[in-house]
Amino acid sequence: MVSAMETAVNPSVRSAVRKYFKNIYQLFYSILEGMAVTFSYLFRRPITIQYPYKLDKPMDEIIPDRFRGILGVDLRYCIACRLCQTTCPIACIAIDLERNPETKERFITRFDIDISKCMFCGLCVEVCSTGTLHHSKIFDGTSRHVENLVLEFVNTPVRPFIKPKSIEDIPVDRSGAITRNKLKDFFDLPKFRLTDEA
Amino acid sequence: MKAFADKLFLNIFHIQAADSPYLALWYVLMMFLVSFILLNFAALFAGIASYVERRIAARMQNRIGPNLVGPQGILQWLADGLKMFLKEDLVPQTADKFIFRLAPYFVFAGLFGAFVALPFGYGIVAADLNVGIYYILAITSLVVVGIISGGWSSNSKWALFGALRSAAQIISYEIPTGLSLMLVVMLAGSLSTQSIIESQGGWPWEWFVFHSPFTLAGFFIFFISSLAEGNRVPFDLPEAESELVSGFNTEYSGLRFLIYPMAEWANLWVVGAMVTLTYLGGWQIPGVRLETIPSSVLLFLISITIFFIKTLAVVFIVIQLRWTLPRVRVDQMTLICWTYLVPIALICLIGTMIWMLAFPWKSVFGTAIRILMSTVGGSVMIWCMLRARHNYVIDKDRFEKLKGIPAWYPPWKLP
Repeated sequence: MVSAMETAVNPSVRSAVRKYFKNIYQLFYSILEGMAVTFSYLFRRPITIQYPYKLDKPMDEIIPDRFRGILGVDLRYCIACRLCQTTCPIACIAIDLERNPETKERFITRFDIDISKCMFCGLCVEVCSTGTLHHSKIFDGTSRHVENLVLEFVNTPVRPFIKPKSIEDIPVDRSGAITRNKLKDFFDLPKFRLTDEA
Repeated sequence: MKAFADKLFLNIFHIQAADSPYLALWYVLMMFLVSFILLNFAALFAGIASYVERRIAARMQNRIGPNLVGPQGILQWLADGLKMFLKEDLVPQTADKFIFRLAPYFVFAGLFGAFVALPFGYGIVAADLNVGIYYILAITSLVVVGIISGGWSSNSKWALFGALRSAAQIISYEIPTGLSLMLVVMLAGSLSTQSIIESQGGWPWEWFVFHSPFTLAGFFIFFISSLAEGNRVPFDLPEAESELVSGFNTEYSGLRFLIYPMAEWANLWVVGAMVTLTYLGGWQIPGVRLETIPSSVLLFLISITIFFIKTLAVVFIVIQLRWTLPRVRVDQMTLICWTYLVPIALICLIGTMIWMLAFPWKSVFGTAIRILMSTVGGSVMIWCMLRARHNYVIDKDRFEKLKGIPAWYPPWKLP
């Protein structure tokens, strides 16, 4: 009888008993709380975009501005520096230049980007000083033949963009912000190229 | 069932079935008909439950879920089944081929056999066995035979691990299941599923859950251990896909593989129906006396509807638990069984005996306790709903600020 009473007041036994019942309480309390959380999700809007089937907005508005889509080239401003070609780690950009032997004029005769190889790292876009090369918001380049994914931007030979006389040198700026600031009037690029001037 | 077959025979052929020479043939025919209906019900439920669970799971994770096959993806389960049909039926070279082929049948027979004794409404049960509960417990134990033989005969480490875990789990959880069912059997004084329901009532305070604190504990013990027996999360250790590749069914493919998940989905109904019929009042209609039900077809239909609603509510909670809780560890799994469920179930068994003697069903105090406990149970449910609403409200403003569209998107609004 005495030993039973001693056990009853033994603090270690008491704490074990308390822990036992606390575990049961916490089991029910935490499960109910967790189920309240999951139940509330039944009434929230799913964030899935059902891409080709149901779109409430055009895809261009859904995609964020800094999206790295398929590369685009605005040949009006290409200075044919070939920085993009040398930067590309997998050599998916091919640029050819030809010189007219009589007039000594240079022409861009080829500006090909192999989208099937491109890994959308964006190094070429970073290095382009005039903003010629840019990411578009297009991402669905499905094709039956892999050759179709080689984008040829030059149809007829184009003369490279020549900088205005008043500028001494081409500014070395990785994002091309200074160049773009100086040549703002000429630009007809998507808006996101012009917003990060500051 | 036999009475129904006799009555049908009389109505069609205008002679007593007992007088007819084709009596045995008629019974065999009816048996085949009933098993055909039951099998199709189980298979349909398994298929549709898989689709519904995927949709609910998707909404709980801010997704949409399968919605392309058929309107709102309702035929997804057919597409999945068809895909499984077209897969090659592979048997590993080193497998014990006979047992490997045999194992899915055990699982199949074990789970679908339980449907024989499960009621669907007033008087609607394939066989109102006088040992119904015992029969269901016994025949669902066949599943573990199938799982162990399937895992062992695959001759694969993962499958064997899964099978051994399953052996440890299902066999140890049989004990709390049986003990917690004993409470109901004592209260009803019968093992038959129909008479267990008949001894309860329609209103919540006439259900066995709220009979006493002991039966409330017994209800939770039964619910938890039937989750464990059905390999549902949080007790899905035998097929823990992050630890064992797929558990005991790793080596299966094609139609043989299909049997395992199908039996698991069908088990959802068995769990729901068992919980409903033992503790939640079954098909009892509130405010309607038992004797008046056979007189009206409408009351029949209402009783079926009530049973289905209760069962589907339990199935929904099982599904919701799966997407709420993480998996328990193996040691925690055995700990829960042997230090919590079994001792508490034993205490509940003795407690219910004393309670039945002290406060009989119709005594004033017993009724008062039942009403009080059902009120408390209802308040807990309302509290849970309010918590869910609170969780929604605190995130609503953030979502709307970010997206600019209303966050309210109830489940009946299909995307």
